[in-house]
This record gives sequence, C-alpha cells and structure tokens, in this order.
Amino acid sequence: MVIPSITSEINNMTVSPKLTETKDMTQPSIISIEGLSIAYDKDKLAVKDVTATIKKNAITAIMGPSGCGKTTLLRAINRMHELYPNISTNGEIKLFDESIYDMSTIQLRRKIGMVFQRPNPFPTLSIYDNVIAGYKLNGINLKRPERDEIVETSLKDVTLWDEVKNSLHKKGNFLSGGQQQRLCIARALAFKPDVILLDEPTSALDPIATAKIEDLLIDLKENYTIVLVTHNMSQAARISDNSMYMYLGELIEYDTTTNIFTNPKNISTQNYITGRFG
Amino acid sequence: MTQANVLLENKKTNFIPDSFNGRKLKNGLFLSIVILFSLITISLVFLIIGTMIFKGYHQINWAFFTQTPPNTFEAMMAKSSETLIPGGIINGITGSLYMVALASILAIPFGVLIGIYLYENSKQRYAGMIRDITDVLQGVPSIVIGLIIYLWVVVHITKGYSAFAGSVALSIMMLPLIIRSTEESLKMIPDSLKEAAIALGTPYYKVVWRVLIPTSFTGLMTGILLAISRILGETAPLMLTALGNPAINWNIVKPSSAVPLLIWQFYNDPNMVDLIWSSTLFLMAFVLILNLLAKWIAAKRKF
Repeated sequence: MVIPSITSEINNMTVSPKLTETKDMTQPSIISIEGLSIAYDKDKLAVKDVTATIKKNAITAIMGPSGCGKTTLLRAINRMHELYPNISTNGEIKLFDESIYDMSTIQLRRKIGMVFQRPNPFPTLSIYDNVIAGYKLNGINLKRPERDEIVETSLKDVTLWDEVKNSLHKKGNFLSGGQQQRLCIARALAFKPDVILLDEPTSALDPIATAKIEDLLIDLKENYTIVLVTHNMSQAARISDNSMYMYLGELIEYDTTTNIFTNPKNISTQNYITGRFG
Repeated sequence: MTQANVLLENKKTNFIPDSFNGRKLKNGLFLSIVILFSLITISLVFLIIGTMIFKGYHQINWAFFTQTPPNTFEAMMAKSSETLIPGGIINGITGSLYMVALASILAIPFGVLIGIYLYENSKQRYAGMIRDITDVLQGVPSIVIGLIIYLWVVVHITKGYSAFAGSVALSIMMLPLIIRSTEESLKMIPDSLKEAAIALGTPYYKVVWRVLIPTSFTGLMTGILLAISRILGETAPLMLTALGNPAINWNIVKPSSAVPLLIWQFYNDPNMVDLIWSSTLFLMAFVLILNLLAKWIAAKRKF
C-alpha cells in the first residue's frame, strides 16, 4: 500500500539515487516525508529534497557525518524549526496520511515525542512533575489516580521506577546523566505518543547508561515507532531495523539496517560504513 | 640540537640568579601594594559600619521603631538634660517601605516583561535600541529623574508633593536594573530546556510563564532585591517628589517621609544629630541584609 507512492516519488527524484525496497521495508508506514527541503539561510539547504517513509513499530536510525542534516531532518518531523523564524521548510510530512502542518502543535507533539541530545529535565520540577510535565505545561488537568498511573507506567517503561519510586517528589538534579535521560524519555512517553524522535540520546552518556537506553529502545519498539539520530554507527547496527544514510543534506541510501551494513548500494554509504570518512 | 638543548645551553651561558634581575623583588612589591590597597578598602567599610554602630547604637530602642521624630524643642530639651532624644523614625520607615513597595509594583512587571522581550529578540534592531536606552537611563543622575518627575507628576498629576510621585521616581531608577538582570538571568537558561517544553507542545507564552520564569526565578529575585536595596538609599529624587512628612502617611497623593529624607532633615537640625547615626545605622543594616539575601539566593541557583 505504500510502495506505489514511494516509487512515484523515486521517479521524481533527481539528486538522490534510487531507493530499493526490500521485503522488510514493506511494513506499514507511519510517517511519510515527501520532497522535504530545509534551509537555515536562503540558498543554503541543510536538507535537500528528502523523500522517505518511516515504518511503524520499528527503529529507524538516521546516520551520517557531522553537518549532513540528520538532526535538521529529525527536528522537522515535530516542527521544532518553527521556533526559529530564519529556518524555512519546504515539502510535506504526513503522519497517518494527515499533513503535520494541518495539526496544531500541541496535537502533533502529543503524537510525536522528542528526546534531546543532552538530558534536559526541568530543574524546578520534581521527578513526578517532570514525567507529567507535558500535561502540566499544557494545562491539562488530570485526576490524582490517573496522574499516579501515568507516572508509574511511564517510569516503569523506562526502567526507572525502581530507582526513583521513593524519591518521586524530589527534584531531578540528583539523578545521574543516564537516569535523567531515561526520565526525559519517560516524559515523552507520558503523552502516549505514536512516534518518539531521539536526537543522539546517548552521546552525553557513559557506555553502561548507553546500553540501558539501547535495551530500553528495543523494548519500546513494540508499542512505539522510534526515529533515532546517531553518529555512532555501531549503535545503529545494534538496535535499528532500518537505516538512513545522509550526506550533505541528501538522503543517499535508505534500506534495512542489515542491507545497509552488509550490502550498501552506494559508494558513499560504503565508504562511511567502512570508516573511510565521516 | 633539539630545542630543549638550545634552551639548556642558553640558560648555562646567561645564567643569572632570579633575585638578581629583581623579579622576586618586583613581585613582592606588587603583591604588597595590592594587599595594602585592598586592606584600605576593606578597613573603610569596617570604619563606616563601626562609626555608625558606635555613634548610633544608643538611640536604637523600641521608641525608635514605633514613634515619629521629636520636634526641635523636645530634642533640645533632651540634649540639655543629657538624656536620649525621644521619638523615632517610624514615619520614615513606613514611608520608605510604602514607596519602595509601590515603586516595585510599578517597575517589576515592566522590567521583567522588557527583559523577556530583550532576551527573546536579542538580535532585533528595536531590541538593541531599547538596550542602549536602558543603559542611558541607568546613567541618568537621580536628581534629574527627580526633577522630571516633579514636572510630570507633582505639577500635573498629583498637584503637589506625593508618595506617588516619589514611587514613580524610584521605579524609574529600578527599571534599568531589573531589565538587565532579567535578561541576563534568562540568558543563563540553556536553550535545551526551552526546547524540551516546546517539544511537549507547550504554547510559547506558557513556556515563558511556566518554564523560563520559574527556572530563572532566583536570578530575577536577586536582581529585584539589588534594585530595591539600591533605591532604598535614594534621597535626591525623593526631595523633589515626596518631600517628607512629620507623620505616618498612607495616602498616595500626600507627601510622605522616607528614611534617607529624615537623615537629611536631622542633618539640618543641630539638636537631632544623634538621630542621624541611628537612622543611618538602620538604613545600612537594612540594605546590607537585602544584599546578603540577594547573594544567598544567587548562590542557591542551580545553573
């Protein structure tokens, strides 16, 4: 059901090489990006005409060398760029066949959660309030048992519950970096989104905390769709189902992770994967 | 020959003990000058506080905080019988607190909002203009502000000296301090925190209200307290606007007293000299406490 639209898009593409669809890439998709271009300055495109569909209940890794536009692409998916008026975006992104530009930002961001490179819990809020910050900040009133349940399930989902259940009403500052990052993931999960965007979520963490988050993401895949920007190729290889390789703003190759790592179609991808540059 | 060897060679041939070219001597001289000057500065502060305590403490009693100042005759009688001057500065204390509170109510919302505007639009030309004008406002002599407010408020609005005019003058003095401290403390918040709130779908005004202001609250409070302690001692603008009042006044359109105004009045009356020192001591202690409070709050901030 998705292939026709993709193949027609491929025919229109001039810069990106042809994408090959394999059996694993035919799963139902949740997000479709069509001809997306993003510019920070006029005439300087950070993302050039990217077309891709993101598969449901899969981990999609976006990788590529620094400055290739992977974070820019990710942030377009929940319209974070609108915060900065100098950034112009062209093209279409659809979530469940509905244009994200037709949704209100609150609707959209409830459906697409985001986790950032550095853990950023709200320092003025307790751990409990941090988890339900999305509800609090938007003025959505929840009843006490409802709130408690959201906090507990979200924290259990990120395996943080046992570590913090006795200090829920303390500020989050005493948590370690890895715990803070899991708290931030819990904050994103509290809204029960369809998609979670992660922007290099482990780059500020030590290997043990990284391993925990990676395990967590694999578990979360069952109920959520995950899009992960990473500059760590082995991370992409370890946990992702599908991988995008970007270079200089272009989507060079998008395939199952196995194919990308074992049988890359493009020479640039091959060079990057084998560590010849990047 | 490696570089290290060259250096070693040079050192051997040009070997002069350190003390010979006076390096240690110069260092010692400089250090002692620095220490001497800093001691002078510190001792000045202690001298000021010491003088005030020594000259002012015996007038500090219950009456000092609860009664209005005596008239010249009462003070003269007390002086000739070598007893304490009766009365106190309650009208000044209430007047100061009243006007500072009014000035804060006027200046804090304006200052904080302008500060937020400057932070949000730091690169706009209009924001740059406001920033420059704020700096100019900070440099305007307080007597000039007093004169202007006399012309605007005393002459045209309250038709006479008033607590309101005094408050307006003080609030204008507070504004630049609050604007800049708001902007600076907002700048210290990492962008990632703002983005975290945005990514949760929070509308922008709520991000400002529920995230930026609470997070920078300690910084805002520090700025506000420092601004208050700054205007507490202002005398010149009050002389032209609030004038002074021998009784407690809560009426906004009536003249009002203030502690620094009372100090000026006591100075002009040879019988009341003793009250100068106790009033100064009170003012100084109050400002010092506000400053320490501001420092304490600032030390508690998290980033």
